Amino acid sequence: MRPFSFRRALSCVGLCSVLLAGQAQAQPQEGGVLNLVAQPEPPSLMHGVVSHVSTQYVSGKILQGLLTFDTDLNPKPVLAKSWAISPDGLTYTFQLQDNVHWHDGPAFTADDVVFSFQTFYPEVDKRLGGIITEYVDSITATGPLQVVFHLKKPFAPLLSALGSGLRPVVPKHLYENTDFRNNPYNLKPVGTGPFVFVEWKRGAYIKLAKNPNYWKKGLPHLDGIVFHVIPDGSSRAAAFERNDVQVLRSGDADYSDLKRLGALPNVQSSEKGWELYAGLAFLQINTRKPPLNNPKVRQAILYALNRQFVVDNIFFGSGKVAQGEFVSGTPYHDPQLPQYAYDVKKAKALIAESGVDVGAVRIRLLNGEKGGAWERLAEYTKQALQPLGFKVQVVTSDAATWFQRVSDWDFDLTYNFIFQIGDPYLTSAYLYRSDYILKTSPFANVSGYNSPEADALWTKIADTPEGPARTQLYSQLENRLNTDLPIAPIFEMRNQTLFHTQVHNLLQTATSLNEDYESVYLDAPAP
Amino acid sequence: MNGVVYLGGRLVKALLMVVAVLVLSFLLIHLAPGDPALLLAGEAGVDDVQFIEQLRQTMGLDKPLLQQLLIYLGNVAHLDLGYSYRNQTSVWSLIAERLPATLALMGSAFVLSSLLGVTLGVLAARARQRRHWLDGVISHGALLLYAMPPFWLAMLLILLFSVSLDWLPAFGMETVGQDFSLLDRVQHLLLPCLSLSVLFLALYIHLTRAAVLGALGQEYVRTAHAKGLHPRRILYVHVLRNALLPVVTFAGLQLGQLASGALLVEVVYAWPGIGRLMYDSLAQRDYGVLMGGFLVISMLVVGFNVLTDVICRYLDPRIGAGEQG
Repeated sequence: MRPFSFRRALSCVGLCSVLLAGQAQAQPQEGGVLNLVAQPEPPSLMHGVVSHVSTQYVSGKILQGLLTFDTDLNPKPVLAKSWAISPDGLTYTFQLQDNVHWHDGPAFTADDVVFSFQTFYPEVDKRLGGIITEYVDSITATGPLQVVFHLKKPFAPLLSALGSGLRPVVPKHLYENTDFRNNPYNLKPVGTGPFVFVEWKRGAYIKLAKNPNYWKKGLPHLDGIVFHVIPDGSSRAAAFERNDVQVLRSGDADYSDLKRLGALPNVQSSEKGWELYAGLAFLQINTRKPPLNNPKVRQAILYALNRQFVVDNIFFGSGKVAQGEFVSGTPYHDPQLPQYAYDVKKAKALIAESGVDVGAVRIRLLNGEKGGAWERLAEYTKQALQPLGFKVQVVTSDAATWFQRVSDWDFDLTYNFIFQIGDPYLTSAYLYRSDYILKTSPFANVSGYNSPEADALWTKIADTPEGPARTQLYSQLENRLNTDLPIAPIFEMRNQTLFHTQVHNLLQTATSLNEDYESVYLDAPAP
Repeated sequence: MNGVVYLGGRLVKALLMVVAVLVLSFLLIHLAPGDPALLLAGEAGVDDVQFIEQLRQTMGLDKPLLQQLLIYLGNVAHLDLGYSYRNQTSVWSLIAERLPATLALMGSAFVLSSLLGVTLGVLAARARQRRHWLDGVISHGALLLYAMPPFWLAMLLILLFSVSLDWLPAFGMETVGQDFSLLDRVQHLLLPCLSLSVLFLALYIHLTRAAVLGALGQEYVRTAHAKGLHPRRILYVHVLRNALLPVVTFAGLQLGQLASGALLVEVVYAWPGIGRLMYDSLAQRDYGVLMGGFLVISMLVVGFNVLTDVICRYLDPRIGAGEQG
């Protein structure tokens, strides 16, 4: 036995105090108001009706969905306490949380869930409506807190479709028999979330307060959240620097300003929390007319673009060169997919092989109003394609004109990006499926890509349960798309979130910033 | 009586001018590319062709342009500015919500730039007469201010007074969550007002200085001196009244420029005014809100010009006499 040492005893006491202090520091602080930026100003505060990025950000604190996803994209309970899927994949049974109330008083029940997915979404969300019509036989409340989805045939991405933060459960008592799109509660939402809507002063701010009756006892920690509407990027950066706002989402500050802001004292930068969204920037190619109707020409374009240069020097490191049509690291991407590494010689050889005179017509690269980096990308593309013989004209337009021209297929090349949001069948598919060759939106199949083989693979993917067979189908599909290349993947967006270190628990799930912030807390201000 | 007839005539002309502005604006924005129904459907994530067509019908966009224009003018005559489908509220309520902020910004900038500009202009003219160095300081200072783009100056003011010195707020019109306080509002207004005033301040200084110097050389001023009037009385009572004529005319024209300048300042300072509302509406092709904004701003500009004419007639009765003759 070692003799007693006064010094060792002191160091033990010291260690214990440090540990205790550490524990005390980890204890969430109650109170405080978190200041955020909602830019652009949302058109509505109900993200079941409007899938606007700012609407999701604000509304996600008020309304909740059945489930969310952790950073490994595993489903996590929210309003659904648990769920079970029958072995044949045809029955999904959701057990709901008890003692949940809407902000205006009534209890949340299975009827709200049935109403949301049987009546509300089929009307306001045509894509989800299409899935429900095709795959879901019935949605029934088998108890006050139990809902059963009976499917006509298996549909593997159902949980993703119901659970992504885009589809909150809607209060039946406020929406039933109303015009869903123009319901007044779209502007003053009533939900089950940790924060209640207080005030929206258009052009200035949106104010939320703590829900004192939140169904998780002891939460939320914050007294409230204020979303400020600050239209100018430099002014947003100044507000963040002054700690008037504590968080900047990706896109709130100019890419060129991220490094400087991230290096400020008491500021942290993180790429976490975007796992579900998995943004992919791409060059959309209109495949209807020569020379872009030739796959070899399209491949040459991708070989001629130095995408590492784009990531490093145009987007200042906020990304990673795209590895394929589906975002790498997600289970849908094939790691063995052939790569289009930067190679001008190969690009020229492909043009020669195609036998097409690429300089015969002027190529219009339509540039929308997405910000300075995208303008620089368009100019870079013009320069990069010149050595191949292309005559590229950059046509810049405002956002509304870009939207209409791309929707009307009135472009040759244009840059765009998409959030994969889990299973590509629910998002990317619309860019490629021939039944989505529509003049409705830039996020339909505006390339005019029409491949019966790819269409058949998309259908098989939807009908095949999760597992190796489905992974194999996705691999076949990605290889097909990667060869035909109606869309040239440029870079995977690594969205940076900047936040002051006084903010805790901000990035907890795969949809962090649109999450409900129930466990977010602020350090108490220094006395 | 002549005055009443004159004012009546001016008001009728002003009304016609507002209608002309409305017609021109209507045609211009409807002829620009961009489809509001498509944008609205895009925000809602809807790909349905039928839904988009239904939206166009609801918005009245399926009718011929001329018919749309006549319907709009008829509605305006009944004080109905329409409905914003994007904001899900009436155009009136949107404008009523945002107009006070713009009026506060434009009003304060107008008062600051005109009062300070005229005062400094008179001081510069007096200094020039006495060959004092103050004239050089004011004139060159005004030139420096005139050369500064308001957008750039606004950014610099934020960096200096908000970020570095932490004296004033960087954005917004009020501190959210705080009860109404005049001091708080003034603190928020100070930088936007200063940024918007600077350009006009310089113009007022130069205009007043030149007008006062011109008037000081007139014979009636020599007569006044010969009669033994106090130089200060000559300057402020006789010279200034005559010198103010071009300044007042400029003030009438300034309002239109103030409205466009206010847009930039509103963007930088996140000031919730009507300029930003119109800017956002343009991006979304929210025709109703845009037209409502055009109507309000054209009424303000035309109304202010009528007021300027009346003031000019008061300052120089020869203007009215000339019209009668």
